[in-house]
Amino acid sequence: MDEKKVNAPVETPEKPQYSLNDDRRVKVLSPGMLVAKRFIRNRLAVTGLSVLIFMFLFSFVGGIISPYGEDQLFYKTDMLNREFANFSENTEFRYAARDSKLFSSPVQAQVRLAISNGASGFTYKVSGADVTYAMQQDSEDLYSVYSGGELVGIAYKDIVTASDGVTKLSFDFIYAALKAYVAEEETFTVDGVTYTLDETGGISSDAGEIAYVSRYVVQAILPDVVFSRDFKVKLIAAIQNGETTFTYTDASLVADEESTEPDGDEGETGGIATDDEMPEQPQAPVSATAEYTIERSQNHAGWIIRQKQSSHLYDKYSFPSAAHWLGTDGHGMDMLTRLMYGGRVSLMIGFIVVIMETVLGVIFGGIAGYFGGWVDNLIMRLVDIFYCIPSYPVLIILGAAMDNQRLDPKLRMIYLMLILGFLGWAGIARLVRGQILSLREQEFMTATEACGISVSHRIFKHLVPNVIPQLIVNCTMSLGSVIITEASLSFLGLGVKFPFASWGNIINDVNNIHVLTTYWFIWIPAGVLLLLTVLAFNLVGDGLRDAFDPKMKR
Amino acid sequence: MRKYIIKRILISVVILFFVSFIIYTLMRCLPTSYIENMARQKSMQPGSKSFEEWMAQLARDYGMNTGIVAGFFTWLKNAVQLNFGQSWFYTVDVVQKFNETIWISFTMGAIAFFFEIIIAIPLGILAATKQYSKTDYIISVIALAGISLPTFFLTSLLKLIFSVKLGWFDLFGLVGRNYLQLSAWGQFLDKANHLILPILTLIIISIGSLMRYTRTNMLEVLNADYIRTARAKGLSERKVIYHHAFRNTLIPLVTIIGGSLPGLFSGALFTETVFAIDGIGYTSYQAMVAGDIPFSMFYMAFLAVLTLLGNLIADVLYAVVDPRVRIA
Repeated sequence: MDEKKVNAPVETPEKPQYSLNDDRRVKVLSPGMLVAKRFIRNRLAVTGLSVLIFMFLFSFVGGIISPYGEDQLFYKTDMLNREFANFSENTEFRYAARDSKLFSSPVQAQVRLAISNGASGFTYKVSGADVTYAMQQDSEDLYSVYSGGELVGIAYKDIVTASDGVTKLSFDFIYAALKAYVAEEETFTVDGVTYTLDETGGISSDAGEIAYVSRYVVQAILPDVVFSRDFKVKLIAAIQNGETTFTYTDASLVADEESTEPDGDEGETGGIATDDEMPEQPQAPVSATAEYTIERSQNHAGWIIRQKQSSHLYDKYSFPSAAHWLGTDGHGMDMLTRLMYGGRVSLMIGFIVVIMETVLGVIFGGIAGYFGGWVDNLIMRLVDIFYCIPSYPVLIILGAAMDNQRLDPKLRMIYLMLILGFLGWAGIARLVRGQILSLREQEFMTATEACGISVSHRIFKHLVPNVIPQLIVNCTMSLGSVIITEASLSFLGLGVKFPFASWGNIINDVNNIHVLTTYWFIWIPAGVLLLLTVLAFNLVGDGLRDAFDPKMKR
Repeated sequence: MRKYIIKRILISVVILFFVSFIIYTLMRCLPTSYIENMARQKSMQPGSKSFEEWMAQLARDYGMNTGIVAGFFTWLKNAVQLNFGQSWFYTVDVVQKFNETIWISFTMGAIAFFFEIIIAIPLGILAATKQYSKTDYIISVIALAGISLPTFFLTSLLKLIFSVKLGWFDLFGLVGRNYLQLSAWGQFLDKANHLILPILTLIIISIGSLMRYTRTNMLEVLNADYIRTARAKGLSERKVIYHHAFRNTLIPLVTIIGGSLPGLFSGALFTETVFAIDGIGYTSYQAMVAGDIPFSMFYMAFLAVLTLLGNLIADVLYAVVDPRVRIA
């Protein structure tokens, strides 16, 4: 093609009239222009080129335009039935000691034994001396234990709980309250103060309610949840009525809620999470009114109360919406943005690998083709060996080994490119060598030799440029196949790793059957982009081949 | 001719030697090996020996306590006698496991290959004879799309359409849930049913390249002088294409088809893995991920042999089919 350049048009300012058979009348295009013109005439190739341009814009510009980051997480608030409390009826005796020395836990066990035996007293060795205990049954569920006429402790089933704000209840108070409760009295007196007992078990003095008695135990499952008396009463009432749901409005929270209006678009402002730093889970907004469901626990020993509560969750697998045009993926990241960054990774890996392959291939192929003889033989056997190494198995084994090493994802990506490049140069070396073998015999090479141009100059300045058309075609085609290889490895989980996106590891999610069947927007767009890109590379490669080599006419 | 074949075989043996040496070195040099994982697990158990002691013992038991070169020659000595040792991952003889899995892969490959040929070649010829027509464009784009389709995406699409939406096939596996209760004929049908999607996948992804190859070669033939002569002497277009052109196109086609015959044994790594079919591809995938050196070595050496054999067959066939070609 170098020879054609001689015929390049001579620009002349004023167009002179040539005779009809003058060569200069014919407008001659440069070889590059000829190729471009032939390429543009090929509709398929132009389509491919425009798809490629779109992909580049999508991947490299799209990532900048997109309002979200590559690994930005999104949250949503959702109503969730959380296990809130356990509710059970107390069937076991509990003990309260007035004299803890004489009413230690072994003694309590003796009390339990005596109650079940129906005995009215027992003897037990306390600190070396036998102590005789006498028991008095105040009711079926309340026993008082005496030793030497002194009250030492009680065994009871109904529980006396201090109301909010009351610090501690004395033993005497508890005993008196329980006695009054089992005897269904309305008032009782402790230390000269008279207390009243209402039918729900509330105990109040003149100053207000200070405690309540109840057979039921409400245990919080979540830490730092305290139940108010009011809540418990309503809950007990609901359970006794056999209801399965009830709603409770916490009066103390009503005021809070009005002052702190929740942010309208909390779902939009996710924090950016890196691998080692999980985002702080925003505190669940506590609403005053909550709905509770009541169900029997599995062993029927009590009830489980679930609170329907709005909680902050990762916005996983949300369907396409205005905020997320292609929904979100399994980590709660914006799918469209992931696709853009994935395209960046896929295209970049493709280009870097192909450049590496080409450099290695041109060097080895050029040397082999130019020198011939034993150098050629040696290099070509090396090429044969590399041709023969099964690349997918090697890549899989290396990928699995890197998995075992828990390599940093970024380092891993670099290794992947190096390995791919190292395994792929043989084909290009073969192509370059074949071309150079035929070019070497042509006259212009004899001319370079006669001019005394150095060997490296002769190879890389005079021979290699003549191989470039074939090289470009080959590179374009292998770009497609490198992208497929990378995607396939990433699909198996052995290529590009999270948090980096690649089209292959986005489709990887399809291994989860649920994603395959329900969440089409996770994997179909990535697959389509991959298909279109590789197809476009192949179309452009085809078009270029035809343009460079008009003889073959596609 | 015989001299050429013998020379090629000798070169192939040398190449094979180096390829297996490279692969062996690679597998031995990996930072975390199967043995290391195993030793770590064993040393975790209560009252067990330390990791180093387990490493030493396991390396001795698995024959990995020698240097890489010595280890390679031991492997080579056994491999020449077709003794590839025991698979670590499957704990059976490598050859036995190979025998269990190769035939299903071969069946899949052969059926797909058959369909590939009967679909791709006629379409390729059709595209070439109607060059630049709409048919040509459609066929070319379909062929390229087949080449560009990533296997895993295609299988996912097929599964979504045929397994999930239409419910015709199972998502995974070679046999159905009630396989054991079926009669012999029913078992055969069950297996066939499970193989439809994998074979369809194989056909779609491999059809494109053969179609393009046929088209390119047919075009080349159609531009040849003897075709012009045939047309000039007034033969019907049918006769020109099917008698004169097609027979000449067969030369490269037979070559490439013959060359890809050994490939039928190589198994379809991705297709089998995605459909969880216990062919040689999926079996070796699992072994390779686990770091099972004997099985991986065997599989990769086997693939290298298949590649070399394919090249040899193609070159020899080229000379056999086309008397103009002389090989030295």
